Amino acid sequence: MSERTERLSVRKTYKLFIGGAFPRSESGRSYVVTSSKGDFLANAARASRKDARDAVSAARKAFSGWSGATAYNRGQILYRIAEMLEGRRTQFASEVADADGVSAKKAGELVDAAVDRLVWYAGWSDKIGAVLGSANPVAGPYFNLSSPEPTGVVAVVAPPAGPLLGLVSVIAPVIVTGNTCVVVASERAPLPAITLAEVLATSDLPGGVVNILTGSAAEIAPWLAGHMDVNGIDLTGADPELAVTCEELAAENLKRVLRPPADRVDWLADPGIGRMTAFLETKTVWHPIGI
Amino acid sequence: MFEYAPAPESRDIVDIRPSYGLFINGEWVEPQGEGRHKTVNPATEEVLAEVAWAGEADVDRAVQAAAKAFPVWSAMPGAERAKYLFRIARIIQERARELAVLETLDNGKPIRESRDVDLPLVAAHFFYYAGWADKLAYAGFGPDPRPLGVAGQVIPWNFPLLMLAWKIAPALACGNTVVLKPAETTPLTALAFADICRQADLPAGVVNIVTGAGETGAALVNHPGVDKVAFTGSTEVGRLIAGSLAGTRKKLTLELGGKAANIVFEDAPLDQAVEGIVNGIFFNQGHVCCAGSRLLVQESIAADLLEALKRRLGTLRLGDPLDKNTDIGAINSAEQLARIRELSEAGEAEGAERWSPACPIPERGYWFPPTVFTGVAQSHRIAREEIFGPVLSVLTFRTPAEAVEKANNTPYGLSAGVWTEKGSRMLWMASRLRAGVVWSNTFNRFDPASPFGGYKESGYGREGGRHGLEAYLAV
Amino acid sequence: MTTPLAEVASSPSTLRAFLHGLPGVDRVGADARAAMLGTRSIKTTAKKQAIDMAIGMVDLTTLEGADTPGKVRAMCAKAVRPDPADASVPPVAAVCVYPDLVATAVEALAGSGVKVASVATSFPSGRSSLEVKVAETSLAVAAGAAEIDMVIDRGAFLAGDYLKVYEEIVATKEACADAHLKVILETGELATYDNVRRASWLAMIAGADFIKTSTGKVSPAATLPVTLVMLEAVRDFLAATGRKVGVKPAGGIRTTKDAIKYLVLVNETAGPDWLDPDWFRLGASSLLNDLLMQRQKMATGRYAGPDYFTLD
Repeated sequence: MSERTERLSVRKTYKLFIGGAFPRSESGRSYVVTSSKGDFLANAARASRKDARDAVSAARKAFSGWSGATAYNRGQILYRIAEMLEGRRTQFASEVADADGVSAKKAGELVDAAVDRLVWYAGWSDKIGAVLGSANPVAGPYFNLSSPEPTGVVAVVAPPAGPLLGLVSVIAPVIVTGNTCVVVASERAPLPAITLAEVLATSDLPGGVVNILTGSAAEIAPWLAGHMDVNGIDLTGADPELAVTCEELAAENLKRVLRPPADRVDWLADPGIGRMTAFLETKTVWHPIGI
Repeated sequence: MFEYAPAPESRDIVDIRPSYGLFINGEWVEPQGEGRHKTVNPATEEVLAEVAWAGEADVDRAVQAAAKAFPVWSAMPGAERAKYLFRIARIIQERARELAVLETLDNGKPIRESRDVDLPLVAAHFFYYAGWADKLAYAGFGPDPRPLGVAGQVIPWNFPLLMLAWKIAPALACGNTVVLKPAETTPLTALAFADICRQADLPAGVVNIVTGAGETGAALVNHPGVDKVAFTGSTEVGRLIAGSLAGTRKKLTLELGGKAANIVFEDAPLDQAVEGIVNGIFFNQGHVCCAGSRLLVQESIAADLLEALKRRLGTLRLGDPLDKNTDIGAINSAEQLARIRELSEAGEAEGAERWSPACPIPERGYWFPPTVFTGVAQSHRIAREEIFGPVLSVLTFRTPAEAVEKANNTPYGLSAGVWTEKGSRMLWMASRLRAGVVWSNTFNRFDPASPFGGYKESGYGREGGRHGLEAYLAV
Repeated sequence: MTTPLAEVASSPSTLRAFLHGLPGVDRVGADARAAMLGTRSIKTTAKKQAIDMAIGMVDLTTLEGADTPGKVRAMCAKAVRPDPADASVPPVAAVCVYPDLVATAVEALAGSGVKVASVATSFPSGRSSLEVKVAETSLAVAAGAAEIDMVIDRGAFLAGDYLKVYEEIVATKEACADAHLKVILETGELATYDNVRRASWLAMIAGADFIKTSTGKVSPAATLPVTLVMLEAVRDFLAATGRKVGVKPAGGIRTTKDAIKYLVLVNETAGPDWLDPDWFRLGASSLLNDLLMQRQKMATGRYAGPDYFTLD
């Protein structure tokens, strides 16, 4: 009897996430992703400007349905994402440990925090309007009501560090209010982002609400920043030089810009509501009162 | 003719125990006294189960358990409390059909309503307040609002599980612990909820359920260990509670009776107005505190509207509440049926004209046909007193000002309806109606995100929405 | 011939005033009512009854550019004997074809009792002259069509030229002679329920025997709430004038479950008097086989498979 050989594992191909599907980059390019120790992990797709363009189209197409869904429905779906993420805790912990070089225990905590972050934002879906909206006592016979509404399609440059918690922390506040987004994942550690896409794809989230591109932020982000059908851009993950370039480009159609934080972000801290308000418009309705 | 064959929902899905104890400190315990009470299916008068009748000593145990659980529960990070409530919401969704059948058996409401209205709202309410548990600092009650302590909650029989959700979800989200007493005729879904708390691994003592009648409720609200009282029920009992809490530090919210006006203008969307009138008064057999029990119709369209309404009432299906096609179920108790009969007879005696569609009434159980009184004057008892049954009083008006005057001419102020296609008139009416909820071109809509509660003798405090948190916070 | 309420069409302004004086339709409320009726549970004997009733109300339809005499003859055979294996299945109400294929259908259906309906008036867009529309109607009638399914001029309707729409219907009705006139409102293009109600009354005043939701070429085609609004209109029109008009939802009704929802809607809105092929039709093609599959399931207790039903 021959000695039993060790089984060869089947590796996963990491692709992009656009419109609910997992295409390769139209450019056919990929790049090597290594662990924090420098070991080969996978070849990730290197998205091109055309992939970014396709992702924006997908996000735009998804916007009316997603923003028109009830807040309750959006909250349920975010909560469902949290449930699915929790179910893949081990897988994410291992990917986060590889990518960040943190201990297994710390990686587990980061995954837990990502799950809790989703739950926190899920609860905001049907409350942000009550907190930010108002009945305005104007001086005249008018009903006057202000309420927050989503900005539209938002480009997000995800933070390079915190490949899961950081990523979830920038995506959830954008979509919970009804925006759709195109995310440029951490260039160095993109694999958890694509695994997160698998979670999103199986959580009743409509295709196109979140689109995830892997590759070079410096290459893709300016195309998104200059795209005339993008309404806002979150530059959290952009380096200072890229951030200025993108902000300049974003000025052309007056995108709402969330600048990179001045200090290093502690993703474990209470996030506050600033990431939601950055991509909300206030709509005020006037109506006469009289018989 | 197209007759719908019987389409009964299976009751095999529910497992009712022959007898129930009290749910105290996470355990089923026997009451100290001998008191027991049978809960019946009002559609058949069949005994469903025997439940304990909690006495003062039992209530004391429950309050102690809640008080003991309070430091742990209130000190827990909001995000963790939230996750318990999300769990409960999910379990309710998973067990929704079972709970709907149980609710229908115990209450008599049609399965279509318990399935499509009560249960989805129950789950949604827990989801909603789960989300508040870690966001209280944003609710507008200060940077670090604190819970009150032990909440004593007494709920009615018309929406047993939904009223439980309205009480327990915000209380727990804010960090309070609770002792809840369901109504004596409808305890079963509350007892099922106790089991849900166990499935959710909710810490012992956070939720305690004591069954019983008025004395149990009185023992609970008057217990010195209770910091907050929430009551939904009749104005009569609400008044007693408010009086008995005088001089204490207990915070009190009351959701009481109503005699809502449903006001239909001549430019209303008529077919939808007819639906709204039907939904306003015949939903849940009229066992709704915010029911549109007074129809105020503009005189110029009164005849046409009444004709359309009567035609529509002819299509209502009264009967087996478990039948999926039933629109009108059973009256919840013999006592309530007697009250509806008494007031209806008074309506006739006072000169109003009584009408019901041809509608066979089952032989067993408690039933009352959908009934419309026309020619009703403001002075009639059926225009002033809450009937809490499927009885509509129709009055007419000529001008918007007269409609407002008549609508507000009641000690109640829970809700009102306005039907008009003219937005400015609707808002003019809404600004003048003395009622906590004004529905326009709709009626009997509920949502966890929307505050609900009354003016005047319909009570005080709001349940639902951001506003609903205030009742359970030290603000 | 005078039709009830014809005097309201004496001028553009009187017609407009009448149509705009109809009570509004609140969309949310109408949707909620239709959805509630959609929850009715029709089982066992009621379902059996409903399936046969629905089969007898089907206007089996083919309206493709690729239609041929062969296709139409095959469909006619199916219309007369929907399930060759089961003679207890009733025939459908009618077949619905383009005008040039009416003669083929008439020949194929001779003596069967199944009626031949033809679309006309430049179906589906209606974008042609009145002369052409009338001529096309006459052509179909001359070829033996017992029923004409005309389209209204939605452009004129949306532009507020109600009188033009009215006059086209009157002219088409005249060209119909003894044939029944079904007026297609194309509710998917009218967009609002207020418009659906107005167009329903406009068509009835102009002499429609039936009002029909859709051509099937525009999305959305028939929906429950639109049909609800139309059923309310025929109910109210009967009360106001004493004349009864039929209703035909068409397009998008593919399953037995859908068809039964429509029957419930009829039963509880216009009333059981309308539950008759003379007063209610279902414009459909693939629906018929689903009805047959469900019928077989009721009879045998086994779920049916599509391979056992003919595709014509």
